[in-house]
Amino acid sequence: MELQLSMVDGSVCMKDSAKSEISSERTLYPYVTGTSIIGMKYKDGVILASDTAGSYGSTLRYKSVERIKQVGDHTLIGASGEISDFQEIMRYLDELILYDKMWDDGNSLGPKEVHNYLNRIMYNRRNKFNPLWNSLVLGGVKKGQKYLGTVNMIGTHYEDDHLATGFGNHLARPILRSEWREDLTFEEAVKLIEKCLLVLLYRDRSSINKFQIAKITDEGTTIFPPYALKTFWGFSHFQNPSKGAAGTW
Amino acid sequence: MFRNQYDTDVTTWSPAGRLFQVEYAMEAVKQGSAAVGLRSKTHAVLGAVNKAASDLASHQRKLFRADQHVGVAIAGLTADGRVLSRFLRNECINHSFVYESPLPVSRLVVQLADKAQVCTQRSWKRPFGVGLLVAGLDETGAHLYYNCPSGNYFEYQAFAIGSRSQAAKTFLERRFQEYDTYSREDLIKDALFAIKETLQGEKLTAQLCTVAIVGEGEAFHIIDQQTIQEYIDAMELSTGGPDEEADAAAPPSAEAQEGGEGASSEPAPMDI
Repeated sequence: MELQLSMVDGSVCMKDSAKSEISSERTLYPYVTGTSIIGMKYKDGVILASDTAGSYGSTLRYKSVERIKQVGDHTLIGASGEISDFQEIMRYLDELILYDKMWDDGNSLGPKEVHNYLNRIMYNRRNKFNPLWNSLVLGGVKKGQKYLGTVNMIGTHYEDDHLATGFGNHLARPILRSEWREDLTFEEAVKLIEKCLLVLLYRDRSSINKFQIAKITDEGTTIFPPYALKTFWGFSHFQNPSKGAAGTW
Repeated sequence: MFRNQYDTDVTTWSPAGRLFQVEYAMEAVKQGSAAVGLRSKTHAVLGAVNKAASDLASHQRKLFRADQHVGVAIAGLTADGRVLSRFLRNECINHSFVYESPLPVSRLVVQLADKAQVCTQRSWKRPFGVGLLVAGLDETGAHLYYNCPSGNYFEYQAFAIGSRSQAAKTFLERRFQEYDTYSREDLIKDALFAIKETLQGEKLTAQLCTVAIVGEGEAFHIIDQQTIQEYIDAMELSTGGPDEEADAAAPPSAEAQEGGEGASSEPAPMDI
């Protein structure tokens, strides 16, 4: 029995030398996953935020996963879903940016172009029933124009002033819908993001208390080092958890 | 001296280090009827002489739109030009589809030049016998390029190709340094004047020429004959040539029907 790499879709499968036929494999379920990404535009540019957890099912297995990365000079990408597929996407995007830079001609791919390129890839994989199991947020600034878009494993894509993936859609977006403004300063934006991240920390069981914020403006990109938020667990309901059933496990 | 021995196929060098087949292809461009191009920072104009082989025939198309933001004028074997225009359209639309954004003009001309170069290095092919003036607008401004059968490309402020293009080039050489700040109208006028120079005394009418423009807020399109005739009339009414500075006013309105006259032209030497 040997492993064979299919040239068609990059899938690897067992080849039985007796039968010498290749069975195609495709993504059926994700293994190591990241949870929500939050993104929003603010006065000078765009902010993306996430935690740094890589879950293995229900186990919080990896605690220092960078889920927000830079793509070229004008774009940031944040990924939730299968981490290995995100790494594959980064390979595609780094190659794309490399070829773009090699032209060296004063033109460059902006966030809108990267978003569309990614959308083509995601939708194409979905049509082959072999998706890259991710929900991605792309944010960037080019020539003063702010851009924030999302694309996911089935190829659905759209832009907005604030976006989230996964649980963030249910927990963070409502907060953003009521409190987001066009002219937030960086400090105000971070406060708003932290409010959302805290809710996610309390209510999303796949999240951990280690967050990363990244911002992109016309001047450039900064991905800040990870840090933790202050949480409060002193609710009366949490005191004496086994009060009503002492002695049981 | 040795031209005839080394000119049979494109993959044979001459002792002097030349590829004669490629040079012969460039000769075909020189025989085609003239095309001119000029640009400012924000607009680019293309113009071409359109002479029909006979009064019974229609004109050869020499101006092609490749996308909203870029078009070409050709001189030489128009069939080759048509095929290359199709290639340009394909490249533009492929880029738009993947990136939802117009293909930068400089990258388009490199792809075109690479395609032309292939034909200079295969024994079973021949070089394209057409020169292309590519005019377009992208985020770095307006551009004008000339693509050669040799696979070379050059960027220009203004240029002319085809038969009797030297007269146009002489005119453009006197004026090009101000083109960056020229208004859209002045660019069109200078393009028409440059075309007129290639006609060597023959009267310029809107029937004889085609002009197209692309610029900020303006997709590539061919300007209609009536507007062209109005520009021509405006130029002939002023003394000698087109006015220098901002003749910002639009050409005088309705001179009812011009054109129709002045077809005392013989057809140009075969526009191959």
